[in-house]
Amino acid sequence: MATCSLHGEDSPYFAGWEEYRNNPYDVKLNPSGVIQMGLAENTLSFGVMEDWLIKHPEATITSEQSLGLFKDLALYQDYHGLSDYRKAMASFMEAMRGNRVKFDPDRIVNAAGSTAANEVLMFCLADPGDVFLVPSPYYPGFDRDLRWRTGVEIEPIHCYSSNNFQITKSAVESAFKRAKDQKKQVKGILITNPCNPLGTISSADTLKMLLAFANKKKIHLVCDEIYSGSVFSSPEFHSIAEIVAQENYSPDNVHIVYSLSKDMGLPGFRVGTIYSYNDTVVMAARRMSSFTMISTKTQHLLSTMLSDPEFVNYYIAENKKRLEERHRLIVSGFEQAGIKQLEGNAGLFCWVNMSHLLPSNDIEGELKLWKGILYKAKLNISPGSSFKCMEPGWFRVCFSEMTISTMKVALERLQRFVKQNKVMTH
Amino acid sequence: MQLPTPLSRRATSNGHGEDSPYFDGWKAYDRNPYHPHKNPSGVIQMGLAENQLSFDLIEKWVREHPESSICTQEGIAGFKETANYQDYHGLPKFREGITSFMEEVGGGKAKFDKDRIVLTAGATAAHEVLTFCVANPGEAFLIPSPYYPGFDRDLKWRTGVELIPVVCSSSNNFQVSVSALEEAYTEAKCRKVKVKGILITNPSNPLGTTMDEKTLRSILHFATEKKIHLICDEIYAGSVFLGPRFVSIAEVVQSQIERDHVHIVYSLSKDMGLPGFRVGAIYSYNNKVVMAARRMSSFCMVSSQTQYLLGKMLSDRLFVREYIKENKKRLQEAHSVFVQGLCEVGIKCLANSNVGLFCWVDLRHLLHKDSELALWKIIIEEIGLNVSPGLSCHCKEEGWFRFCFANMTPTTMQESLTRIKRLIERRSKVSTISRSSALTFHTTRPKNLSLSIDRAPIANMSCLNSPCIQIASKCYLNSPCTPVTPMYCFNSPHTPITSM
Repeated sequence: MATCSLHGEDSPYFAGWEEYRNNPYDVKLNPSGVIQMGLAENTLSFGVMEDWLIKHPEATITSEQSLGLFKDLALYQDYHGLSDYRKAMASFMEAMRGNRVKFDPDRIVNAAGSTAANEVLMFCLADPGDVFLVPSPYYPGFDRDLRWRTGVEIEPIHCYSSNNFQITKSAVESAFKRAKDQKKQVKGILITNPCNPLGTISSADTLKMLLAFANKKKIHLVCDEIYSGSVFSSPEFHSIAEIVAQENYSPDNVHIVYSLSKDMGLPGFRVGTIYSYNDTVVMAARRMSSFTMISTKTQHLLSTMLSDPEFVNYYIAENKKRLEERHRLIVSGFEQAGIKQLEGNAGLFCWVNMSHLLPSNDIEGELKLWKGILYKAKLNISPGSSFKCMEPGWFRVCFSEMTISTMKVALERLQRFVKQNKVMTH
Repeated sequence: MQLPTPLSRRATSNGHGEDSPYFDGWKAYDRNPYHPHKNPSGVIQMGLAENQLSFDLIEKWVREHPESSICTQEGIAGFKETANYQDYHGLPKFREGITSFMEEVGGGKAKFDKDRIVLTAGATAAHEVLTFCVANPGEAFLIPSPYYPGFDRDLKWRTGVELIPVVCSSSNNFQVSVSALEEAYTEAKCRKVKVKGILITNPSNPLGTTMDEKTLRSILHFATEKKIHLICDEIYAGSVFLGPRFVSIAEVVQSQIERDHVHIVYSLSKDMGLPGFRVGAIYSYNNKVVMAARRMSSFCMVSSQTQYLLGKMLSDRLFVREYIKENKKRLQEAHSVFVQGLCEVGIKCLANSNVGLFCWVDLRHLLHKDSELALWKIIIEEIGLNVSPGLSCHCKEEGWFRFCFANMTPTTMQESLTRIKRLIERRSKVSTISRSSALTFHTTRPKNLSLSIDRAPIANMSCLNSPCIQIASKCYLNSPCTPVTPMYCFNSPHTPITSM
């Protein structure tokens, strides 16, 4: 396991990271450096959290107000997690879904980030050699998270631009059949909703279709809803939890993954959640979470913060507002360069179509274009092939981890590059 | 009725280890926890190796350094960068802090390279990651027994790796011998199981003793010769409060060239009493393992908020030195009170008990005709102490128990000693009944008593303090104890002293 390459870091796309690391943009110190647009991080709303923290010293166990808690928290290593924390997480998840659905804190299982949450679920639901169907394009990290140590395999459900990359029943059935033809056991479907890299949401009908398919085939449905708090415009987001609530039975095959890494921009704190409707999975996952527990210091901080409804409501609304503003700016900037995006309304990125700029309509052409943008325009964006997209020319561009002025610089560089590139290809 | 949707083998197996009968002890405590005022007849927790003796030192430091938190006025400037930091290398200052702490607890005898440190959310995660890195499913680690029961889950459950015990016995104070290693290795070979490594815990849990350099070198030599890995869990390195001093494997391999098969696991859960913060580390001399483990640590990273606080704390070298010194002093005091209390009722700990948060206690003389499990249930249910029976630690001899002493106040400690005294009284009544039948057929020196358990006798001991006939060779009590209290050499034909 140590010597195989399933960790995913030998991928050619790492060249982008390397380029940025060696030559990072800084408005004063390195204005010609590489601008990072390949990392889905949300740095737009830290100020909201910082303001709250200054006013709530009880949230940190290092303050006078809560030093009395220090010992209990430092000693607490129960994998159930602090019950106040779980209640706060449940109510935060409800708030993000417009309180249209209830979450039971006793079904919440902690994990150190959604990376860990997804892996624990795979360990619980599938054996080595089993398959999970995953709609493509998908987050490249899944290749490592779902497969590396678990031995589980991924069979992509191919989605295409002809219907805006929506998941169709025939695509799911094709993927299922492909796995069966290889004599593999399909154990479940894993979707990301809202979707990374598309920046779109799955409709309620799509979710119902997927649930019905999973029920028919007796397989699991895992919904990674890590961007559920980052839906900044219509159409409205529907969680699988809402679909389940409409059913008349309690499913044993539906599981949700969540994290605060994106909606709250706290990837460093390692806060992941598994929410399962299956009691055995809750118990097994909870036991497995011994390998990936959340620091009680962090649990305490978040349980205080997320149990403040005024803060939660303000944060969600303000964060969405800032995301929407950035999204509008970047879409407009790309349009000025003649580049269209998939109509997105969620997440920290756009999915843009640059196929008209490809030197050749294949993966080689896409990589050439990507390298051109990286080395000439000095922009690190993510090529669609890294997400297993079947059609060359699509790119994911992140917009939430830079200032507006940096974004303007990036857009100017892009527009310049496109002009020069057009001249070349003509 | 609908059939359930199938789950994985791992989810439905008992590899999590919680179906063990020993969980009854935990349940008994959870149902009825002792409190000096609110529940004075409840069960006292002596089964949890926690260090609760030195929190005030850490709390004081934290109070005096508000800038160490990214959530205070003084530290908020660090919030954004820290909250966003998800690099699995860890915050540089934190990694440096862990490195220097490991050097400090090793007595400054070995240097550690901070670039060889891989951070994980606790030692539990560190062990599993290392196992994934050095062994494949179906392969095995040799592990000296008795050992920490959690290893059965941590090393085996999701990895598919096996554990083969290296049987250690009380005849030489449970020290690891090369012959025992060879025996375990041969057993694996006969079963066609590939041995990939040896895992030792030094200082030892549950024994509460340090391993001497000679033994460490012989284990290292064995691993080198067999071309297998050596993993040393040194989680109690900073909790050695008496001689002999702790010798880290890092010290032993310091000047060695061939050491890329050596790896260390560490954590702040025991030495600093911070299990809730989830701070573990792997230190490996193998570059490929460092790289692979670091990548795997994506699944179990330490919260950057915690890294920030502890990075600042551990870089305060003066505080660290004072903490380690004072913590050891308090551990020694608690240990001394406990061991003395045991001795007063004729109970012995393992010889050279000098480290950790527990003692390995010999209760073989209290078994009489009962099994260890039966005695353990009496201790929980009738006496009200949750202790860890040796069998749960895979000890091959019945009658040894691990008692934790560092998780209680002096008042609770006195109460637990009072209860232990009560245990002796009750067991003496049992032995009076059982001995009358035993004595009738033991007119000559028996080789084995009515007990069906195979006991490893201690050579050439005598109960100096009891009026028993000195036995030339075998006695089942440890070395002579003071003061004089009734003893029961149940394997010898001497007249027992009247019960207490």
